[in-house]
Amino acid sequence: MIVPASRLTLKARAARALDDPFLRRAVGITVERLRSSRDRSAEALGHWETWRERGRAVRSHVIQNLDYYLAQFSTNFAELGGHVHFAADAAEAREIVLGIAERAQAKLVVKSKSMVSEEIEINHRLEREGIECVETDLGEWIIQLAHETPSHLIIPAIHKNRQQVKALFEEAGARGLSTETPVLAGFARRRLREHFLAADVGISGCNFAIAETGSVALFTNEGNGRMVTTLPKTHIVIMGMERILPTLADLELFANLLPRSATGQKLTTYLNLVTGPRRTAETDGPRELHVVILDNGRSRQLGDPEFREVLNCIRCGACLNVCPVYRQIGGHAYGSVYSGPIGAVLTPLLSPNDETRELANASSLCGACFEACPVKIPLHDMLVHQRRRNVEHAQSAVERGAFAAFALIFSGARRFAFLARLGRILDRIVRRFSGSAWLEKLPVLREWARHRPLPAPAARSFRERFRELEQKR
Amino acid sequence: MKVSLFITCLADQMFPEVGLSAVRVLRRFGCEVDFPEAQVCCGQPAFNSGYRDEARSVARTLLDAFEASEHVVSPSGSCTGMIHHYYEELFRDEPEALALARRLRDKTREFSQFLRQVLGIEQLAARFPESVTYHASCHGSRLLGAKREPLELLNMVEGIELRELPRCEDCCGFGGTFSVKLSDLSAAMADEKVTNIESTGARYLVGTDMGCLMNIAGRMRRRRVEVEALHLAELLDRALANAEGAKTS
Repeated sequence: MIVPASRLTLKARAARALDDPFLRRAVGITVERLRSSRDRSAEALGHWETWRERGRAVRSHVIQNLDYYLAQFSTNFAELGGHVHFAADAAEAREIVLGIAERAQAKLVVKSKSMVSEEIEINHRLEREGIECVETDLGEWIIQLAHETPSHLIIPAIHKNRQQVKALFEEAGARGLSTETPVLAGFARRRLREHFLAADVGISGCNFAIAETGSVALFTNEGNGRMVTTLPKTHIVIMGMERILPTLADLELFANLLPRSATGQKLTTYLNLVTGPRRTAETDGPRELHVVILDNGRSRQLGDPEFREVLNCIRCGACLNVCPVYRQIGGHAYGSVYSGPIGAVLTPLLSPNDETRELANASSLCGACFEACPVKIPLHDMLVHQRRRNVEHAQSAVERGAFAAFALIFSGARRFAFLARLGRILDRIVRRFSGSAWLEKLPVLREWARHRPLPAPAARSFRERFRELEQKR
Repeated sequence: MKVSLFITCLADQMFPEVGLSAVRVLRRFGCEVDFPEAQVCCGQPAFNSGYRDEARSVARTLLDAFEASEHVVSPSGSCTGMIHHYYEELFRDEPEALALARRLRDKTREFSQFLRQVLGIEQLAARFPESVTYHASCHGSRLLGAKREPLELLNMVEGIELRELPRCEDCCGFGGTFSVKLSDLSAAMADEKVTNIESTGARYLVGTDMGCLMNIAGRMRRRRVEVEALHLAELLDRALANAEGAKTS
């Protein structure tokens, strides 16, 4: 295994990714495909901005009334025969899931893809108690075999190519594979079938929880979600407490917004609605159904007007696909479960510390994330808010000094014009004797000069030249 | 129409020709252009880095400078975007400054939007018989919505051969302090932009923000890509002069 990314600085993690031409190529090709098909499917639907606005309105309404809808959902879920658990943090959620698995005397757990289960790192906890966990989403299974974490919200193995996948499958016991996608997928299918049939517990995430019906909606493309939620005797749903939608009619809206934003699909391949455990006359479905509703910092976001809208997120990954930073460095460089612009905003909110706070700098503030977001979360503004909080929290004396100087010099036009002129004269003297070589050794300028020549200031500023122009008129 | 130019600190010190071009173009359309000397900077470098107090004391220079102006025009979508999008928040606790900031927002336009929306330019006596590709700066196009205006103006120029830049809306990697804080990453983003520019085979790159153009042009020079970067105001200035030259000769 490689050095855990979280122990390096953002700059070092980015450097490592930038040095990996293979990763950059794999990520670049896939996000380009995803965002192109997103553009096409949004256009095909028509009135995309109206759809986004409706998406934002519904999500904001839910978040503003979350207590009401959570109570409605859990009442309905329980009336159907399901068990409702609330977890204040990741540790509590892990113990709840472990408790259910132990009571079910589970030896094998199968999982469908779930980011919230990555957030609480459930696999490690279960495996420490001797319970095997198998990821059954193809991408998730690949990164599980590689002992890695997802590098994209919806394409967890976006950074892997077919040769690498073949090698991982061979380590898992496959023989005579080619690198053809159907061959690789065929091996995974056969192997995962065995796990589905043998599993005691299925764990899934939750795309949306429908308050009015107590249903859990799952969007999947591989059919593994259906196996996980119907074959094992016990099904555990893990959901962030913000995953709620009021009604099935609202689900129709998001059945359009989510797949189109995520992969450019008009519809997801499988849309499961799990409404209670197996009923008396039914022949399939789990006998026991649990939902673990996770807070883990979400209440704090709810009480924070600057960041509340981040709870509107539907985890589609569209912001990753359009982000020029993500495109260059992929997900692992963020050093967190959630990557891309949403990860840079969400991670310091979920676990505030110096390492996570640094993620606010992983953006050129271009705003592409906001433009792509199907529920219009102003991620670029939130990154600026986070930077302000970082400054309030603690900041290097050098940077603080630099901005104090900036404020002093740039807050008076005469001072500014005089010092800028002085700077230009000094610049010319220095350049006459040493070219730009000496200047390129100065901090900040050095960083610029590593990749581009240092531009020289104009011989005379605009304000000087405009004055002359006026005198001539 | 009386117009005040908000030059931006970067163009003031590094690219005065852009300001002079903007002045000439505006005057050609009958604007009376002045330059209130009290202006310095919109404060964005400090604001985007999280230094609110510092940003506010710098931004105040614009509130004072343009208090008496009727229209304010700037050759930067980013600095105009700062006024439009963030001044409300920056001055929210100071009622007097906030009132000035709102008035400034309402009368300030980015150069291309001013020509299209305020002056209502529908045609140009302008000629520029060269191949040109256009990069859409993020803040101009996303914060201000200036997606069509620059291209509409370029399309009015006679003889121009506009070549579409693949992914023209993607960030060039500048991002102010981003370009020096994460310089390698910024350069990787600039490289992608430069490669796309090269693929068009155009002789000129046109944009509406000198921050982006300084970044892209710098990277092009380092990579020895022979494309000249021009601000839209410079191109229009040259194109208008070309057409006039052709008429008088």
